[in-house]
Amino acid sequence: MSRRHIISLLMENEAGALSRVAGLFSARAYNIESLTVAPTEDATLSRMTIVTVGSEDIIEQITKQLNKLVDVIKVMDLTEGSHIERELMLVKVKAVGAGREEMKRTADIFRGRIIDVTDATYTIELTGTGSKLDAFLEAIDPAFIIETVRTGASGIGRGERSLKV
Amino acid sequence: MKWHDFLTVAGQNDYPHRFTNELIFCQFMEATGAEIVVRCLAEEGVEFVFGYPGGAVLNIYDEIFKQNKFKHVLVRHEQAAVHAADAYARATGRVGVALVTSGPGVTNAVTGIATAYMDSIPIVVVTGQVPTPAIGLDAFQEVDTVGITRPCVKHNFLVKDVKDLAATMKKAFIIAATGRPGPVVVDVPKDVTAHLTDFEYPATVEMRSYNPVVKGHSGQMKRAVQMLLEAKRPMIYAGGGVVLGDASGQLTELARLLGFPVTNTLMGLGGHPATDKQNLGMLGMHGTYEANMAMQHCDVLLAVGARFDDRVIGNPAHFAREQRRIIHVDIDPSSISKRVKVDVPIVGDVQNVLTDMLALLKQAKEKPDAAALNAWWTQIELWRSKNCLNYNRNSPIIKPQYVVEKLWEVTKGDAFVTSDVGQHQMWAAQYYKFDKPRRWINSGGLGTMGVGLPYAMGVQLAHPEAQVACITGESSIQMNIQELSTCKQYRIPVKVVMLNNRYMGMVRQWQEFFYGSRYAESYMESLPDFVKLAESYGHVGMRIDKPEDVEAALKEAFSPALKERMVFMDFQTDQTENVFPMVEGGKGLSEMILAEEL
Ligand SMILES: Cc1cc2nc3c(=O)[nH]c(=O)nc-3n(C[C@H](O)[C@H](O)[C@H](O)COP(=O)(O)OP(=O)(O)OC[C@H]3O[C@@H](n4cnc5c(N)ncnc54)[C@H](O)[C@@H]3O)c2cc1C
Ligand SMILES: Cc1ncc(C[n+]2csc(CCOP(=O)(O)OP(=O)(O)O)c2C)c(N)n1
Ligand SMILES: [Mg+2]
Repeated sequence: MSRRHIISLLMENEAGALSRVAGLFSARAYNIESLTVAPTEDATLSRMTIVTVGSEDIIEQITKQLNKLVDVIKVMDLTEGSHIERELMLVKVKAVGAGREEMKRTADIFRGRIIDVTDATYTIELTGTGSKLDAFLEAIDPAFIIETVRTGASGIGRGERSLKV
Repeated sequence: MKWHDFLTVAGQNDYPHRFTNELIFCQFMEATGAEIVVRCLAEEGVEFVFGYPGGAVLNIYDEIFKQNKFKHVLVRHEQAAVHAADAYARATGRVGVALVTSGPGVTNAVTGIATAYMDSIPIVVVTGQVPTPAIGLDAFQEVDTVGITRPCVKHNFLVKDVKDLAATMKKAFIIAATGRPGPVVVDVPKDVTAHLTDFEYPATVEMRSYNPVVKGHSGQMKRAVQMLLEAKRPMIYAGGGVVLGDASGQLTELARLLGFPVTNTLMGLGGHPATDKQNLGMLGMHGTYEANMAMQHCDVLLAVGARFDDRVIGNPAHFAREQRRIIHVDIDPSSISKRVKVDVPIVGDVQNVLTDMLALLKQAKEKPDAAALNAWWTQIELWRSKNCLNYNRNSPIIKPQYVVEKLWEVTKGDAFVTSDVGQHQMWAAQYYKFDKPRRWINSGGLGTMGVGLPYAMGVQLAHPEAQVACITGESSIQMNIQELSTCKQYRIPVKVVMLNNRYMGMVRQWQEFFYGSRYAESYMESLPDFVKLAESYGHVGMRIDKPEDVEAALKEAFSPALKERMVFMDFQTDQTENVFPMVEGGKGLSEMILAEEL
């Protein structure tokens, strides 16, 4: 049975590190739903969050193969325990006439913030789980959407659960 | 004078003008990148660097010219440089080294690197790169070496700052040789080879992200030993990891202590002595009947340093049909439960783990179930009595199997044998009984035609006094035939045993079985006169047409009179011969086609 997994990893912040991970996924035909990467508070380390879909066997191979990369220091499957997942989305929408007020209300319901306004558009910032962002996009009329950009999920373990060197 | 004396005597043969100023090494604290590369190799105790020069590595070659710590072997194609370095590593257990220039030097080397990667062979390949300011500008002879090689290396580096060079070289050697071994590429831009820095070669380098597990989990090892002692129909399946991890002594002791049957993969041959009564021969697609049947029907399987390859277990669903418990020892966690689910995974170095398991076994009060084991061996002997490797020994045409058998006899089973890829490779594996590890040198994972001759060169240089035979086919040999010239330059006295069936026999066999005998493009005509070809390089050429001449030819080739000579033997073999037993792709391990069934 295939399930969605969020895999977090710490690796040496070196040129080419991202391509080693991306290359691994394409070479072994693993799915990538999203991949985010940025340095941590320790600039020698990069933290990456990969959202993937696969059966238990495949996920086991993915974590083993990631661990095998020489630059990778630690790997954690966040979905194996309690965790928090967040993604940021910016959506530019048409905001004219009656739709303008409606759009603001919907954004409020989803705790979105309007961060840029013109006569005809709003740009809305939303954070949440991937499914919440999906839900927002479903809640508004697709005809109003001018542009969306999403960061892909970031995740962190709850409580004591953490990924550190 | 021995053929290899010149390798240690400076100023002879190929470097008539080189100056051998040893002091150059320690006089200066500061060194250029090129000097650093060369000094690191010397510090690592490298004996041979197999390479080919070009613009981006000229600074390095200039430093090679000035030193006499290691010998550079000039091949005739970069692919062969990497193969030779790879063979050196396989035959010695030490890291092999190759040096190539940027661009086409690198792309030529890629096949060699991928070949070493698939079989987990420790090599370091130093590649030249265009100067750092030119990277990314489509400079002359620029390729993205790190990008091109990434999927087929254990790790690779682009060294942009000369200050990082020595530590990177150290890391390359550590990574190549430890854990699951593999090739490491160090890409060095030309300007970096000219830059100066203080040089000190670190004794070791810590890498927080790289710590291979060596010791097995004690609880798992206890469970494993318990399981082995309870087995009624046990089987030991030993792979290349036993050879790579130098654990054939431990494996053989364990097998003897337990009285269990052993099979080897193609890569594991020699890891357990082939002439030992407990050895059932190779398993898999062209494995023996008894090995495959025992593998399929055992109740407890101990897999050591083997990766359940598709050529080994056939269809995994068919394999899983029989109930059995599996213990899997491997240094790479990703080899475990990749294709077959196992019950007791043990991550660790095979020598370490087997030593611990032996100790546990010796302490154990229980003994293996003698009655059950007896019955199991009776069954195995029944399978063995099928004599699945039998062939027509009275053929008027030379049978390829016969040549390999005779080679084994003539060399007293003690040669280093390299092979190319095809039917001849399988016959070599089946009929040359390897009793020692690191004697059988071939490309299993990638199946690279063309490895045979460069492999033989690397092995012979590593073991100058040993008998080295290269079993090849007339198609494979032509993929690196240019190395006859390298053999001439360095007087490398390898013996080529070419099983010439005028076909890409392995391809022809598949076409015969699965494509209605439509032999599309698998013939090999317009062959050269190999005797003359060999002679034109100053080697000894022989053509053998009749079975009765096989033994004499081999004896002559391996006689003291020709010890220092390269000999090329062209055996005209039966064109229609096929490799048996055979498990068709997608079929189960016990669904073999046997010779007698056709
Ligand atoms: C034409 C052709 C036909 C073939 N037919 C067959 C066939 O009939 N039968 C057959 O067996 N093969 C056959 N092969 C070869 C096959 O493709 C595989 O290369 C081979 O079976 C793999 O061998 P292995 O499982 O021993 O693994 P290897 O590739 O040798 O891998 C070694 C394993 O050991 C592990 N390891 C390495 N070092 C250590 C250590 N120190 N401690 C513990 N573990 C370690 C590694 O992690 C790895 O999992 C054929 C190849 C060709 C080209
Ligand atoms: C580089 C490369 N190309 C193609 C193949 C596919 N292939 C496998 S065996 C074989 C034929 C080998 O012929 P030969 O060397 O004459 O050996 P034989 O099978 O006749 O003994 C071919 C083409 C390969 N393994 N490697
Ligand atoms: Mg042939």
